[in-house]
Amino acid sequence: MSVRRKDTIVFEHPPVISAWAAVGGKREGEGPLASGFDLLVEDAAFGPEGCSGWESAETMLQSKCARICLRKAGISAREVNLAFAGDMQAQCTASAYAMRALGVPFAGLYGACSTMTESLCLGAAFAGAGYSERTLVMTSSHFCAAERQFRTPLTYGGKRTTTAQWTATAAGACLLRPAGTAGIPVLSVTFGRVQDYGVHDINNMGAAMMPAAASTLLAYFHAFDASPQDFDAILTGDLGEVGSELLCTQMRREGYDLSNHWDCGCLLYDTSRQNVQAGGSGPGCSAAVLCARVLPRLQRGEWKRVLFLSTGALMSQTTFLQGESIPGIAHAVELGAPKEAATV
Amino acid sequence: MKLDPKTYSKMVRRAVPHSPVLKDCLWAFFVGGSICLAGEILRQTYLTWYDGEMAGTLTSISLIFASAVATLFGWYQKLATHAGAGTLVPITGFANSVVSPAIEFKTEGWVSGVGAHIFGIAGPVLAYGTLAGWVWGVIYWAMSKGG
Amino acid sequence: MSYLWAFVIGGAICVVGQLLLDYTALSPARILTGYVVTGVVLSAAGLYQPLADLAGAGASVPLLGFGHLLAQGVCRAVDETGLPGVFTGGLCAASGGVTASLVFALLAALVGRSRDQN
Repeated sequence: MSVRRKDTIVFEHPPVISAWAAVGGKREGEGPLASGFDLLVEDAAFGPEGCSGWESAETMLQSKCARICLRKAGISAREVNLAFAGDMQAQCTASAYAMRALGVPFAGLYGACSTMTESLCLGAAFAGAGYSERTLVMTSSHFCAAERQFRTPLTYGGKRTTTAQWTATAAGACLLRPAGTAGIPVLSVTFGRVQDYGVHDINNMGAAMMPAAASTLLAYFHAFDASPQDFDAILTGDLGEVGSELLCTQMRREGYDLSNHWDCGCLLYDTSRQNVQAGGSGPGCSAAVLCARVLPRLQRGEWKRVLFLSTGALMSQTTFLQGESIPGIAHAVELGAPKEAATV
Repeated sequence: MKLDPKTYSKMVRRAVPHSPVLKDCLWAFFVGGSICLAGEILRQTYLTWYDGEMAGTLTSISLIFASAVATLFGWYQKLATHAGAGTLVPITGFANSVVSPAIEFKTEGWVSGVGAHIFGIAGPVLAYGTLAGWVWGVIYWAMSKGG
Repeated sequence: MSYLWAFVIGGAICVVGQLLLDYTALSPARILTGYVVTGVVLSAAGLYQPLADLAGAGASVPLLGFGHLLAQGVCRAVDETGLPGVFTGGLCAASGGVTASLVFALLAALVGRSRDQN
């Protein structure tokens, strides 16, 4: 039986991430994590492959990612029992069209940039409970699709503010299996609570999402009487430079030293060199960092225990224009070392 | 959590990195100034054949054409990431705000996409500019009657 | 000499916009709308014509000049036709720029496509 402690579900028999894949675009390929990606594309428009718009290009990104993940797992799409997937497009269409081609049972999720851990939490719970033998979880984002939907046309000339973040053109996919299979164990999952501390600046998502990350971290630490030093690394989704600094300040105030904290938005790009302002963002950002950096490190035994959070900003263009503040959410996944590596 | 919205808003203000104002302004000044200088060269050229008003109109049309070409090749966007208001404020920025949605929303069709979005960014400028002109017109008319 | 003034005045008007961008939370759309309306007001107050005489394109190319154009047009039409001119003057004066923007935009859409910024 799994145990529930406060907001966290602890798995007695932890399900495992048995295979994973990360796909990225040009700017991601120029970043520090390039070598961790399974596929990097120079032209993320996928014109020669029949994509007519940026939305279908994002679908292509997901399709490629899913197929690589399944190939690495050595299974066919027919063997997948359930897929949790999400993206940032209106009505979650990038995932829906990717699943149309894949033909697996599918539940679409929306958690903005937190979607990867939202999917992982649900996927792990389903795998842990024995409801699904092979669960695919996947998220993506595409810079161009996000830009034209949420900001301005791509050829429009605008200058970004220093706190703005760059939507990653990337996708990440994980295949979850029940305990007893080789892979990275998911030790616990924590569903976050929506937090809103009155941030209204749509160009400062990191600040809007920080309280959500802090609240989920504190919920976990309080529930288990744990501290950041119990982990080799604590990773947050895409708070960027501004949000990360705020998180460390806040956690210090709460009595926790977050010196082993990294943010996916700052890992995916070299913020000093790549002109992405405060860092990366988008559902694909934390998904790609998870699959290109975090899981490989756990696999190689360089890390033994990691707390991985993705943070999402849950406003829409409409609520923003109507003057609502920006609520945030963060879900956490606790990842351990694979059994083989742990015994060595 | 030891946090309240008021404290947080102060924390955020402290954490936000400042814009490099001097650099931004130099870019804006030189790029904006250069666009205006190009406009003046065009205007002086047109003045050899046309009166002042028509020369002004032709200058605008020429700059709009240049901006449309630059937008088409993605150059205007690239310049704007440095120039900021230097590319925003001149008429070329207005043209860019009309041309870019037209190109962008072609995938949604010529009527519902291009046609419906073409003034998506420039619309407010036209709407409130026209309104302001109308209000001034009424005042001007009233003054001419009264005076 | 008009070239130098065009450069300096035009550049200075842009710098004011940049300061608004950097120091206030105003969005670009609001700043542009503000510029046009300010242009109408300055023109109505008789302050913009002297600047236009001095700087030429330096005053007419920034969006303030667009407001000036609208205000001038409305005045001329009111002088010619009376009250109906209130409705026709502004956009008549601005018709060249607006039509050019629309036509070139549609031609650009015909031959162009959206471009990745990466």
